[in-house]
Amino acid sequence: MSAEKTHLQSPCTLAPQAKVRENGTMSINQLVFDPPALDPMTSAPLRAVSSLTGPERMRLHDISVFYDGAAAVKQASLSIHQGEVLALIGPSGCGKTTLLRTLNRLTELTPNASHSGTITLDGDDIHELEDTKLRTRVSMVFQQPNPFPMSIFDNVAFALREQSRRRPRRRELEPLVKQALQRAGLYEEVRNNLDRPALRLSGGQQQRLCIARAIANNPEILLMDEPCSALDPRSTAVIEDLILQLRSDLAIVIVTHNLQQARRVADRVAFMYLGDLVELGDAGQLFEAPREERTREYIAGAFG
Amino acid sequence: MAATEPRSAPTPVAPPRRRGRRSSVRGWRRTDQLIFALAWLAGLGLCLVAGAIVIFLAIEGLQYLDPKLLVTSPSPAVNQAHSGGFLDPLIGTMTMALLGTLIATPLAVLTAVWVVEYGRPRWLAAVVETSIEMIAGTPDIVIAIFGLAFFQIGILAPFSFRASGGGVYGRSFLAAGIMMSLLALPLTYTATRNGLRAIPRHMREASFALGKTRAATIRRVLMPSLRPDIATGATLGLGRIVGSTAIIVLLLGATLQNSPQNSVPLLGFLRGTGSTLTSYIFFNSPAGEGNAPQKAYAAAFVLLLIVLVLNWAVARISRIGAGSSLNSGRMAR
Ligand SMILES: Nc1ncnc2c1ncn2[C@@H]1O[C@H](COP(=O)(O)OP(=O)(O)OP(=O)(O)O)[C@@H](O)[C@H]1O
Ligand SMILES: [Mg+2]
Repeated sequence: MSAEKTHLQSPCTLAPQAKVRENGTMSINQLVFDPPALDPMTSAPLRAVSSLTGPERMRLHDISVFYDGAAAVKQASLSIHQGEVLALIGPSGCGKTTLLRTLNRLTELTPNASHSGTITLDGDDIHELEDTKLRTRVSMVFQQPNPFPMSIFDNVAFALREQSRRRPRRRELEPLVKQALQRAGLYEEVRNNLDRPALRLSGGQQQRLCIARAIANNPEILLMDEPCSALDPRSTAVIEDLILQLRSDLAIVIVTHNLQQARRVADRVAFMYLGDLVELGDAGQLFEAPREERTREYIAGAFG
Repeated sequence: MAATEPRSAPTPVAPPRRRGRRSSVRGWRRTDQLIFALAWLAGLGLCLVAGAIVIFLAIEGLQYLDPKLLVTSPSPAVNQAHSGGFLDPLIGTMTMALLGTLIATPLAVLTAVWVVEYGRPRWLAAVVETSIEMIAGTPDIVIAIFGLAFFQIGILAPFSFRASGGGVYGRSFLAAGIMMSLLALPLTYTATRNGLRAIPRHMREASFALGKTRAATIRRVLMPSLRPDIATGATLGLGRIVGSTAIIVLLLGATLQNSPQNSVPLLGFLRGTGSTLTSYIFFNSPAGEGNAPQKAYAAAFVLLLIVLVLNWAVARISRIGAGSSLNSGRMAR
């Protein structure tokens, strides 16, 4: 498969930038662009689906994010590939949300936030793109289900409307809305209630509606910030299935506190600690044989 | 499933209950009980006061309220049997309410949206906020005096009544309506601003994260949730407009009959002078020159009804098409 080839060729263009930090640990640059996925099957396969990834879509280069001058993310570098699920894990306050929100420039809405470093989407600096255009390409699902106070239909259609000056008719939107709801696994439950207020859905349904809304525009990257933290195990399972299905068309970056979840859905996992991107690797490798002491401690603590 | 228990008698199904047993107030702390009782009393007391006003006016008003009063114009007669009804003041009150609200509401909403959603430069937003607070605190007689001086400026002559000599009179429905809108504006502004501030930030971020502009976010996400707030503000504003007498006396002329400036249908009327129920009540009360308290009571009762109907109407209007908004866009957090 060509996807596999691209993946195998992509590894370490940035490897020369690897540096050794004062404390002797390797900087993330080295780890990221190590070719870890060359032999993903050394450890027992965690999931039936193998981690084939497509071409690189997004690349972060030395990204730091500051709140009032204090760094919340320190010089993170990583790449995001089409067709993969990348999980960000780490203790509370380590900068996962901050890093995620930097990818679609939502941090710009926080008045005291600033950043350094570059992020490219298909080779273009995202700060050179118009923010609205960027965000239709890099969409986001939040921790708290947050449907708009309008009907189910309008929630999904909202993402599609306003693109053009002319307001599209409902008949034109209907197939697109239906498709998005189907992809989000919600259509069967709401097909007869499309005009009901979205706020009357259950929490799990609301979150799937938010996913439908986020993918309605066919984004290239989908960011998810702890999308299941407010949900019960059943809804969580539904959404995890969804993530595994969606991943074939786009790249997904998911923040999660649930390490089992990261294991179940992620192809690659990045561990962050106090703003540092400590380790990034194939999911199996990172959980079974973490290279970094801090990763090992975190995983042991969280699992034990 | 049913086959597993074939012998069980059909148990009577209890009707659904809304709530179960709750803790009793008797178990509360003394101070909590006291404050709870005071809260009840305060609420009851207010109901009593409101009820007393309505009942008093209903008794006094209905007693003298002859349907003919509503459809005849007042006329300058000393004999109360020939001094007519209050059709003109009734129309005047309606016009003021409509005009003032139509001017104030969009202005207030636009200002609130600008202050909360943009608010840059910050000092300008602060100045706007302070100005509105200042207007809110200004008594209507002061606003009226200012309005009179303002509308007597030569260039503004098209807005108002021109006396026969050609001098700018500065009095008209338009002039009074514009000044009335100043009474309503701070109330609608405050309600809208508070409504906007109560919408959680993640609601906006959800929209931005879908690539929407700020304008689209305001129009499609924030505005629908703001309807109830705008309605509340508009209702409060209406109350102030309908109740103001000072502006009517100074800026509308408080003439006996509505007198259009010229024969142009609507414009002539708006540029003309007139009166409202408040000024009518004032002049017919024992305090005024008419000394016809019966008519004052009848008019007062009608005014009260108008306020109630207007409040109800605004509440209805705000609900049209808002069915899917579940009454507000605010969720927990
Ligand atoms: N708006 C803000 N202003 C100032 N500091 C902030 C702001 N938002 C986040 N921070 C700080 O940045 C750091 C990283 O926060 P972030 O929300 O990215 O953590 P997180 O990894 O997502 O945590 P959690 O797992 O609890 O969600 C924290 O120390 C936090 O206090
Ligand atoms: Mg977070």
